[in-house]
Amino acid sequence: MVDQLVASLVDGLLIGLVYGVAAMGLTLIWGVVEVINLAHGAIIALAMFGLYYLVSWAGLNPYIALPFVALGGLLLGYVVYAIAVQRVIDAPPLASLLATFAVNMIIIGTATTIFTTSPYSITFGLGSLSAGPVTVPATRIVASFASVAVAAGLYFFLYRSGTGRSIRAVANNRAAAELMGIPSGRVLALSFGIGTMLAAAAGALIATFFPFTILSGESYQLKSFVIVVLGGLGNPMGALLGGLVLGILEGLVPVFTSPSWTPVIEFLLFVAILLVRPSGLFGQRT
Amino acid sequence: MRRRGWGMLARPSFWVPVLLIFGIGILPPITGSATLRENLFLLLEYVALASSLNILLGYTGYVSFGHIVFFGIGGYVGFWCLSVLHLSLALAALAGAAAAAVLALVIGVSVLRLRGAYFALATLGINEAMSAFVSNFGPFGGSVGMSLNFSVYQDYGGAGNALWLTYYAMLGLALLVVVMSYVVKTSRFGLGLFSIREDEDAAVVMGVPAPRAKTIALVLSAIVPGVIGVLFFFKQGTIEPPNAFSLQSSIEIIVMVMLGGFGTVLGPVIGAAGYERLRGFLLTSDPFKSLQLTIAGIVLLLIILFVPSGAIGWIRRRLPRLRAVLE
Repeated sequence: MVDQLVASLVDGLLIGLVYGVAAMGLTLIWGVVEVINLAHGAIIALAMFGLYYLVSWAGLNPYIALPFVALGGLLLGYVVYAIAVQRVIDAPPLASLLATFAVNMIIIGTATTIFTTSPYSITFGLGSLSAGPVTVPATRIVASFASVAVAAGLYFFLYRSGTGRSIRAVANNRAAAELMGIPSGRVLALSFGIGTMLAAAAGALIATFFPFTILSGESYQLKSFVIVVLGGLGNPMGALLGGLVLGILEGLVPVFTSPSWTPVIEFLLFVAILLVRPSGLFGQRT
Repeated sequence: MRRRGWGMLARPSFWVPVLLIFGIGILPPITGSATLRENLFLLLEYVALASSLNILLGYTGYVSFGHIVFFGIGGYVGFWCLSVLHLSLALAALAGAAAAAVLALVIGVSVLRLRGAYFALATLGINEAMSAFVSNFGPFGGSVGMSLNFSVYQDYGGAGNALWLTYYAMLGLALLVVVMSYVVKTSRFGLGLFSIREDEDAAVVMGVPAPRAKTIALVLSAIVPGVIGVLFFFKQGTIEPPNAFSLQSSIEIIVMVMLGGFGTVLGPVIGAAGYERLRGFLLTSDPFKSLQLTIAGIVLLLIILFVPSGAIGWIRRRLPRLRAVLE
């Protein structure tokens, strides 16, 4: 029992970090651009296929291909922002929700005709590591380290660079930031791009150890929503912790009951936190 | 303040949507065509779902990603009444309506104090939680769902008659929702909802009892979807969690409301009909069949970006003279 508990806990923690990266993207977009990006899952799924083709056609090592996928995510974010988001930024929330959902439909619709909905997987392994009762595939360990590295990179970018300071200023108060001479248009586009880049990076990391279909993105997007709320909407560092909490839940619930109860608990927790602590588990009390 | 009570019967803007729905809805019994009946059943279902969501989304300004949860819970409770308790369809429909109303009331007093994106996210969570819960709930058949014994239809004169019966019921529901949304829109209560949509804080200051009004709006918008769920799954004969709580459908309903024009009475009717026709056309014409979702997405994006007030909203702005006719 204890062995199983430890094993599931480690498993959950490692995956939770990767989920956290996807959620960081979603929450960054929410915090800065004030848009809930409903195309997030579609971009996660596209990144999985991007990695698949870079590995199987171009013959790249997945970890070498990964930065290219992330870069693709950044560029795609710019495109999506320019076409669909820019015009509705000051409209009521419904407009941006539907605009990003339309992008989601376009991506999923087109990708489904190309890739169908059959499962793909990247045939690649690094063996596994064992410590006592715990055996973990090395790909997951690498993915969790990569996630921590991405999070650290984002932290230093946001808190130690000039551009990062601009992003935080716009997130804090766009009108005031504009008065201080910050080019808010560019900052918004960049933030959206970084958000989708994080989604792409997370998708590519997940693709190194889980099989996927073009529709997989939706479930990761829903997980991202839960994580974002756990960590506090608009708080990227909270999202990483939220990812850990979700990972622990996903690891622990199946030990005690049927794994199909996991989403029930997750979404009830999600609604409860929205109601009781909308600033998230780790945010300030409101 | 506009005239209330029976005065609406003298206004063309009331009769336009009602006669439109009735005129289209009466076609299948006249022609006796089962194909037409099936197509129009779906169309009327969309009209009723979109118009009911409009009361919350269009009038009150609250974005819900979980409208389909009322359809799902009503469908499940009604189906359970039919298949386990062997109640009549009418009682099952009442039970479905009651279940949806109770859920809406619970959401209304707890979740509706969240605003904007927070409320939208919460409704998404409620729908997913409900779907996941029902998938685990033994009495409702868990993830397998439930199915009706074919003999149930014998009580309604066989399967063929039962299909006609559900069709008439759906036509009645569509008319009911449209009348309801007209009455709400032209009432003092509706004016309160619109003021909440424009500025909730100001509305409260002006004396609109916002929490109560929002809850009533949500309950009103939930009841008919609860009944539709019962009809739909009675007709279907089976019910499963993914069909009952599909997030995709929730969003499709929002699209219909936006397409026709949110906050108008006629808009959701036109939007639902337009969406159903567009979808039908894309699904059956060869070059588009596989790209159905993509094209629907492009259409949606173009509307959001360039005609955000929807078809009816656009016409009302362009041709002010028609405002008396198009509410």
